Amino acid sequence: MDAGPALFSILRQGDYLIASIHTALDDSQMLRLQRDLIDQVGRHRARGVIIDVAPLDVIDSFATSTLRNLAEMARLRGARTVIVGIQPDVAFAMVELGMNTASIETALDLEEGLHHLNRARSPDSSRPPSAGFFG
Amino acid sequence: MTQDSPSAEKLSADFPTIDRADEEQLLPQLVSHLREHRTRLRQAWAGRIDGAHLLQAMTPQEMAAETTSVYDNYVEVLETGSVEALQHYARDLSERIIPRGVETHEVVGIVLLLRDVLARSLFEKYQGDFGLLNRVLDAYEPAANRIANTVAVSFVEERERVIRQQQDAIRELSTPVLPVRERLLILPIIGVLDSERARQLTEQLLIAIRTHRAQVVVVDITGAPDVDEAVANHLVRTVDASRLMGASVIITGVSPEIAQTLVTIGVDLNKMNTIGDLQGGLEAAERMLGYTVTRSEEKGG
Repeated sequence: MDAGPALFSILRQGDYLIASIHTALDDSQMLRLQRDLIDQVGRHRARGVIIDVAPLDVIDSFATSTLRNLAEMARLRGARTVIVGIQPDVAFAMVELGMNTASIETALDLEEGLHHLNRARSPDSSRPPSAGFFG
Repeated sequence: MTQDSPSAEKLSADFPTIDRADEEQLLPQLVSHLREHRTRLRQAWAGRIDGAHLLQAMTPQEMAAETTSVYDNYVEVLETGSVEALQHYARDLSERIIPRGVETHEVVGIVLLLRDVLARSLFEKYQGDFGLLNRVLDAYEPAANRIANTVAVSFVEERERVIRQQQDAIRELSTPVLPVRERLLILPIIGVLDSERARQLTEQLLIAIRTHRAQVVVVDITGAPDVDEAVANHLVRTVDASRLMGASVIITGVSPEIAQTLVTIGVDLNKMNTIGDLQGGLEAAERMLGYTVTRSEEKGG
């Protein structure tokens, strides 16, 4: 099942794990991503997970449910998950196909995803009234 | 009265044994007759047009100019048998008169009137010889019908071209995605949303979200007269898709009718963040983005 090199990489950035997907993933690679990430959430005591799916030009129902499960499992292990980099046509196809995306947290890209997690962790500084901008 | 008359009589005398070459003489004869009586026939025609209350959008001067050119074109087609020049002229004419509200039945009407006026004059000329008249009409009618056809088709084609052009223009104009502040877009929806437009609109919105790195989008539907079930569901999907791109959507300007429609058809409204009007929507969006707008004391007083 784990034959061949992984088509994704998991990087650690402070308290966060960043999973970067390199190319289209098949179902077994998707499950491998889920397992590796959940494993590393515990090992690195991560508080947040960002999954960058920008290279995916298709996100099917299996991928959606895997991502949903992954987010739920990570939450149970103490980390919050944000999916970033969904392409416009992919986003539209996902809702067209009626996929259940309600519980998935999303952000535009990696940078926004990091802001999202930072805001969620420190609610006091989440809306700086003077700056008006998250920088 | 014309040079043709003796030969016409000769033709009619030879009627039973008439051959192809003589038959072909009829058309030039006919054409020269129509050229000769051009002014009288054109005026008779203009009188008939006036009597039928057609082309009332045009001034008498324009009518005179247009009827003259239509008449000349008409005779020319009878002569040459080629409708290309007429097609060109008809398209030009249509281009000029369509914006003035001239209808298809008027254009077809005037061409048919001209056909009748000319046919009458042929009856008059050849009334003494029924056989010849018959053959003249045999030559005249197919050409006249082809002309009527050509003009009508050119007019309708031109009209369709104009309609297509306007549809494209409306489509281009009607879905602007406007950045109002950093990370804040507004999308005013004006006019009827069909599913094709709704799809295009979503696509443009999603691309704009990425281009402008938008976090909040205010969709204002004040200008949308009505929403049916398909479009309402499409709106919900647009909200979902925008969320997947990391942007929240605020819907504003829901009219009482649309609100009633949405509730009646049972669209899932939980995901819809709606605020009364565009102003309120923009204020809410600014709050979400952390902007505070204050009015300066000196100018505000």
